[in-house]
Amino acid sequence: MQEFFQQVVSGIAIGGIFASLALALVLIYNAMGLVNFAQGEMAMFATFVAYALINRGMSYWIAFPITLVLAFGGGILIQRLVIKPVERAPVLTLVIITLGLATLVNGFAGFIFGYVPRSFPSPFSADSADLFGVFISYRDMGVIAVSGLVLLGVYLLLQRTTVGLTMRAAAHHPEASRLLGVQVSWMLALGWGLASAVGAVSGIMVAPILLLEPNMMQSIIIYAFAAAVLGGIESPLGAVIGGLIVGVTVNLAGAYLPGVGGDLQLAVGLAIIIAVLIARPNGLFGRAAIRRV
Amino acid sequence: MMPRLRNAPPRYWLVLIAVVFFLGFPTVISSFQSSLWAQALILAIAVMGLNILVGYSGQLSLGHGAFMALGAYTSAILAHRYKMDYLLTIPIAALFTGLVGFLFGFPALRLSPLYLALATFALAVVTPSLIKRPQGLTGGVQGIILIQPDPPPFASDLFAAVTGTAMTSDQWIYYVSLFCALLLFWVAWNLVRHRPGRAMRALRDGEVAAAAYGVNIAGFKTLAFGISAFYAGIAGSLFGLATGFVSPDTFPVSLSIQLLVGAVVGGLASIPGPLLGAIFAYFLPIEANQWVPSQSWIPDQVASTVKNAGPAVSYGVLLILIMIFAPNGIVGLIRAGYDWLYRRLRGAPDRETGQLPPDPQTV
Repeated sequence: MQEFFQQVVSGIAIGGIFASLALALVLIYNAMGLVNFAQGEMAMFATFVAYALINRGMSYWIAFPITLVLAFGGGILIQRLVIKPVERAPVLTLVIITLGLATLVNGFAGFIFGYVPRSFPSPFSADSADLFGVFISYRDMGVIAVSGLVLLGVYLLLQRTTVGLTMRAAAHHPEASRLLGVQVSWMLALGWGLASAVGAVSGIMVAPILLLEPNMMQSIIIYAFAAAVLGGIESPLGAVIGGLIVGVTVNLAGAYLPGVGGDLQLAVGLAIIIAVLIARPNGLFGRAAIRRV
Repeated sequence: MMPRLRNAPPRYWLVLIAVVFFLGFPTVISSFQSSLWAQALILAIAVMGLNILVGYSGQLSLGHGAFMALGAYTSAILAHRYKMDYLLTIPIAALFTGLVGFLFGFPALRLSPLYLALATFALAVVTPSLIKRPQGLTGGVQGIILIQPDPPPFASDLFAAVTGTAMTSDQWIYYVSLFCALLLFWVAWNLVRHRPGRAMRALRDGEVAAAAYGVNIAGFKTLAFGISAFYAGIAGSLFGLATGFVSPDTFPVSLSIQLLVGAVVGGLASIPGPLLGAIFAYFLPIEANQWVPSQSWIPDQVASTVKNAGPAVSYGVLLILIMIFAPNGIVGLIRAGYDWLYRRLRGAPDRETGQLPPDPQTV
């Protein structure tokens, strides 16, 4: 039983990482009805930036916010350069472009940083604390705390500030917002920046667990897809809860299901995606789509 | 006969030239080169399958590498465990993969193109680890080594008569691949300009309108998926034959991306597009591999990095630039250039009889 709870807690920790990346996906989906296939690669690149900063002797907690700011700027830059010219193109075009972006960023990271896996520092000690008989590592607690803070921050930004209100308005009713003087295109850019920064958090959090290399996020993005789909792709809260569910499920499946372990855990992610899409395409928190013909 | 020949649109001559070119090519290049070109042709078959799905019926699959893997392993297991003649396993692998694709099309029916892209992408990522698991069947990480067949006497005699040297198995595999590619491109061409092709394009351009005109939406969507997987299955099966082995690492995610690059670069919803796109997508990393070490200005330390990252970077840049600036790919550019030249040479847009040939490739 004790081991079970330990698995659940570390599942929640890894789930928090999935949730951050899933939230980034949801932010862009809400802004323009698009799944950003490059989200994981952008996060990976931001993590490399953090690595480079820390390697230059910068302390972790200074490098962290600087990386987020850079990721934010990078997200805006990508939206302006690559996405804006095709804003009104069909979804097919947009998806292929984000896929091209993913390939490009992946290759670019390999180009600059090489393909040798590197260990990434964690600011939290590897020791464990005894909490009612369940041993929880400080790392897991730290990851949960950081993810929680980021998710709370995004929530407050979107729900409690004028900028957040404007962004949501631009996403839901672009025409009406434009008439009210909102610069819709720039709000989309802000959405990309925000998503990029939130995604970067997931990369920085997962890097000490995996090793940092250009293909690091390839499995994480699948779990994030699963989380976003489970939560109903347009709901930020859904993405967070979906992330936690996916994290715990994958961890428990790896620990208790015979034959599922190591790289086959990824198949659990695929199974979740397919099961949700077949049984409940709108996820747990999504609304049924009503299309005007 | 003569007037038909004289009035044949230029594309028929192009097809003839291409066929003669590909038939004669192995007689002037080395056996190793033929093996590379065989793989490019095989890739073209898979890209054509993807093109039927993405270009003509408007559904996005990012997991066609997985269908190729299925075809390759079906053939490999039949040939290796059950000692079947490899060439006989190709149609079996194709039908099996097509059936699986058809079944995969059913859940895909309910999904928007976006969700379909998600699910197939996840499939492509998971495939290598799924293959590794049933070790007894698939050989695990090591994969299965295949024996390449010797050319049959009639082919080898004919080849010897033309070139004076004996035909290698690589050259034989090239001709098998070429035969499959010609057949499948011909099938695709007939498919897209007749009823199924019109139905697929109709549901791509407006599902509701197509349904109102009596197009069986569900039927044609699953059909497109099935046909497309059928093509990928043949390609996978031939790929195993051409490389001489199948292993999980033969079918990484990047293979699915490579297929998509081929389809997009060549030109979606066109028949020659997949051939041009596949040749490009196949030879780019190979040429980069050879070109980079020969360049003295690239320092040795980074040469291997450039070799590894270069193709990914150029694939990415190309996907983005082509989707933004030339959504119809190479074929679209060539067609635009031809039209421009035609107008310049003939003055006003001259269509002679004012009658357009039935153009199967109108997007």
